[in-house]
Amino acid sequence: MTLLRVEDLTIKFKSRQGVVKAVDKLNFELAQGSSLGIVGESGSGKSVTSLTIMGLLQNANTEITGNIDFDGLDLLKLSPNEMRKIRGNSISMIFQEPMTSLNPLHTCGKQIMEPILIHQKDVSKQEAKNHAIELLRMVGIPSPEQRFHEYPHQMSGGMRQRIMIAIALACNTKLLIADEPTTALDVTIQAQILDLMNSLKKKRDMSIIMITHDLGVVKEMCEKVVVMYTGQIVEKSPTELVFTDPLHPYTRGLLNAIPKISSKVERLEAIEGTVPDALNMPSGCSFHPRCKYATEKCKLKAPPLFQLEDGREVKCFIYDGSKKGDDVNATK
Amino acid sequence: MRKFSSFISQKGFLFKLGLFICAFWIFVVIFVPLIATHSTTAQDLSIRYQPPSFSHFFGTDELGRDVFSRVMYGSRISLSAGIITVIIAFSFGIFFGGIAGYKGGKVDEVMMRFSELIMAFPPLILAMVIAAALGPSIINSVIAMAIIWWPNYARLMRSMVISLKESEYVTASRVMGASHIRVLFLEILPNSFGPLLVMATLDLGNAILMFSGLSFLGLGTQPPTPEWGSMVSDGAKVIQNWWVSTFPGLAIFSISIGANFVGDGLRDFLDPKLQKE
Repeated sequence: MTLLRVEDLTIKFKSRQGVVKAVDKLNFELAQGSSLGIVGESGSGKSVTSLTIMGLLQNANTEITGNIDFDGLDLLKLSPNEMRKIRGNSISMIFQEPMTSLNPLHTCGKQIMEPILIHQKDVSKQEAKNHAIELLRMVGIPSPEQRFHEYPHQMSGGMRQRIMIAIALACNTKLLIADEPTTALDVTIQAQILDLMNSLKKKRDMSIIMITHDLGVVKEMCEKVVVMYTGQIVEKSPTELVFTDPLHPYTRGLLNAIPKISSKVERLEAIEGTVPDALNMPSGCSFHPRCKYATEKCKLKAPPLFQLEDGREVKCFIYDGSKKGDDVNATK
Repeated sequence: MRKFSSFISQKGFLFKLGLFICAFWIFVVIFVPLIATHSTTAQDLSIRYQPPSFSHFFGTDELGRDVFSRVMYGSRISLSAGIITVIIAFSFGIFFGGIAGYKGGKVDEVMMRFSELIMAFPPLILAMVIAAALGPSIINSVIAMAIIWWPNYARLMRSMVISLKESEYVTASRVMGASHIRVLFLEILPNSFGPLLVMATLDLGNAILMFSGLSFLGLGTQPPTPEWGSMVSDGAKVIQNWWVSTFPGLAIFSISIGANFVGDGLRDFLDPKLQKE
């Protein structure tokens, strides 16, 4: 069953210098109980997409078009008040910075109780408290009764991220958006948090959108991956195939840039150049100035998303009419 | 849970001193009829300008009235005028500045220009105009002072809100479905309380002084009502008889410094990070 369907989502920001297209014709689907990774470097539109799904990106200078269909509701057409009832209730989000995402003046317990008290009007304070302690236990915090009364500064980064997860799951969450949830944590804690999220996902049959630039996290967590570049999807495929057989030159570049413990190389490979200025996009394919395989055609015309026979999608002319990217080597 | 009593015991000397001073004045305000040794208005020109002695602890003023009794009775008027002014200005200022800072944009622009309109006038003059227009009385001068005072709190609150509304925990609480009102008053306000509280306690002394200024001009209390500010200004004319203005002055000094120590300590009490376990 499809839980979330994003269709032709386009987000434009009006700035003094001109209109910036932060996200351009985004399409993806997410089934209930599955997980999707959105990968891309800074400025590729990952976080903007997630904030739009949460309905937090509404102001006079933002223009959002397209459809976001969540569980039969068109999120972009809901009133702010209706959207507020969904936020924190059936869609939740956790952030990159567990250090600053908790209010320093409220106890952790109080902050977990808050979404329960906001969204479930018939729940008494005592019930909410019991539920919050239960949630603390669920996310693996030792002696939850005592931790309930503690303040965020008394906890470590990993524990705070667990608290954030507990807050996000306080109501009956169907979709959890995790915006780089482990970036600020060290590797061992990172592994614990990812394990926790994986087990909760199975237990509650919820869907996760994992926004990250860490491909390792994606491999651990996600069934499908969407690779974004300058607000567009450049590749969409199942996770294993992204690692074994990346299609788009950009994805290949990303994978090559990961340091490997087995090989002895002095320098890491990097993708040449930088992300283009959002106000001054290159003509044709937005990746062509950095692409090794770029041809004249790429400079003139933006490639559409080609659908391959195995269901994968890629935005590159290399795959025009081909089953798989065999001719990449020929172009080399 | 944190207890206020255990908090007091961990705090330093200054907080305890401030608490003691405030408690002392509250005691005086309540029990002043028992403390005062003389009537505040009884004049006796044969004993004018007596230096402090056992019969007149703080001496006597130009009309032979007992300065000690007048200082003690003056606490009722001066303290309540000061405290009420600060409370009104504080509450309105936070509300106004909070909305301006949180809404931002044009709303902020209009609201802040309005507060600047009030700040553009010399405070005492504007207070005089308002108090005179409303008619001289204690309540009217308190209202006049609150009107000229709130923009200070509004501006401070606005600047706190503007920086705090971008913080991650505000976004996080929006994400979990909190309404704007909830975010502003339950998430942002407690975090901006520290500086506001310190400013309010510092202002208490200023408010008492300004109230005395208005009284001196005949807009607050009328003579012979005992009031600290007018007593200081009466005594300033005869500085060689130092006791006439020194004791009410010391009273103003002690309450403002006491309130400030308490405010400082309260700010620490409200900040869980500064708590010792």
